[in-house]
Amino acid sequence: MTTVPIDLADRFEIRPPFMFRWEHSQHAHVLLYPEGIVKLNKTGGDILNCCDGHTNVAEVLEQLGALYEVADANVIRNGVLRFLEVSRGKGWIRIKT
Amino acid sequence: MAKAGSELRLDGNGNPVWLLLELTYQCPLQCVFCSNPRNFADYRRNELNTAEWIEVMRQARELGAMQIGFSGGEPTLRKDLEILVAEADRLGYYTNLITSGIGLTEARLRALKDAGLRHIQLGFQSTDRATAQQLAGVDCLERKLGMARAIKAQGFPMVLNVPITRQNIGQIPQIIDFAAELGVDYMELANVQYYNWALLNREQLMPTREELQRAEAQVQEARERLGDRLTIFFVIPDYYEGRPKACMNGWGAIHLTIAPNGNVLPCSQASSFKDLDFPNVRQQRLGEIWHDSPVFNLYRGDAWMPQPCRSCDEKEKDFGGCRCQALLLTGSGANTDPACSKSPHHQLIQQAVALAQQPHTNRPLIARHASQGVNLETTP
Repeated sequence: MTTVPIDLADRFEIRPPFMFRWEHSQHAHVLLYPEGIVKLNKTGGDILNCCDGHTNVAEVLEQLGALYEVADANVIRNGVLRFLEVSRGKGWIRIKT
Repeated sequence: MAKAGSELRLDGNGNPVWLLLELTYQCPLQCVFCSNPRNFADYRRNELNTAEWIEVMRQARELGAMQIGFSGGEPTLRKDLEILVAEADRLGYYTNLITSGIGLTEARLRALKDAGLRHIQLGFQSTDRATAQQLAGVDCLERKLGMARAIKAQGFPMVLNVPITRQNIGQIPQIIDFAAELGVDYMELANVQYYNWALLNREQLMPTREELQRAEAQVQEARERLGDRLTIFFVIPDYYEGRPKACMNGWGAIHLTIAPNGNVLPCSQASSFKDLDFPNVRQQRLGEIWHDSPVFNLYRGDAWMPQPCRSCDEKEKDFGGCRCQALLLTGSGANTDPACSKSPHHQLIQQAVALAQQPHTNRPLIARHASQGVNLETTP
């Protein structure tokens, strides 16, 4: 497991074999993987939705800041970076090379 | 290790999330622990056709099912497997193939990859030829080794599923080494659960307590040695645990199995209930079956529970255990699973465990076979 800090220029993507999508019956984003399902909460789903291989972390922060209309940029920044670290630790996402 | 994160528990909100399609009960192997019904041959002429399977997948997806397993018997014996996988992928399912590997070729693997198949669970008995043959009924070691390599070469995520019995429990270190060398991602060392053929052979299959403890230590050692390279699940048999398994997360909670003939079951073992009139997708819509059928409501929730389950503080955790095991061993599916030490029938499990500690006999194993008028039923 990597401990390299997240760089604002990093572009994350969903890491196979995980599959990320909206699931209407759960009213939530889900991560599907062999023999398992993770149901994401609203913010988790919104963050992973930005992990499309194109959007870099700085842009993710910008987009979520606008989406949640939070005045203090540090709140968004800390929350998003922590969630990205957890997601990378769990193997859900990887840096697009 | 990363912690925190999102909600991991998924209860389906009253909807099925898992759909298991038992496409056919035909199989080239004759495993001594096969979990198919003993009258598997009766299903052959009534198998659902391609269009009927597609309609089942569509209806289950509408209900909320997200994971789909193509199983059997041996699902690759169905010539329309690629068509079904492609349709499941298109509908948004996460597609899993549960196979013995016999019946697969490299060309078919490529076709399945193109169809959108995401994951393969390969059944594996042993790296030792004689043991593999003894458990699977036929000599298939080379083909299995070849297919395991071909699956990895195609880049499929793969779990190697090894049913553990007295016959192969001593070979766990070699089997783990084989999996690690092959680059398998996950490995499930699943102690055989005693239903159908496995129940017939229980006395000859069940490992001793000492063998289990040794195996657990070997698995622990391998986990420490291999780290992230290979994730090993070791499924302890409920006979030795004193607590029942949270079978299917509860009856009619999140899981749907469709038998080859279109019967809809709360789990793949439920055909053991000979007295139940199972609903069928040819006669009824899946949503109606899931929500309203007497079979699915029979043991749903906890209103059906007898004592000691009813007042047990673990009933939310194990849901009273396995209904099929209760039926097969105590004669009634409404009893507490006898694997639970609080069950008034727990002595049935203790007797089986005591029997397993005695010196191994050479009584022959009964391989899966089509019934020829001989009714091999075990008595509760």
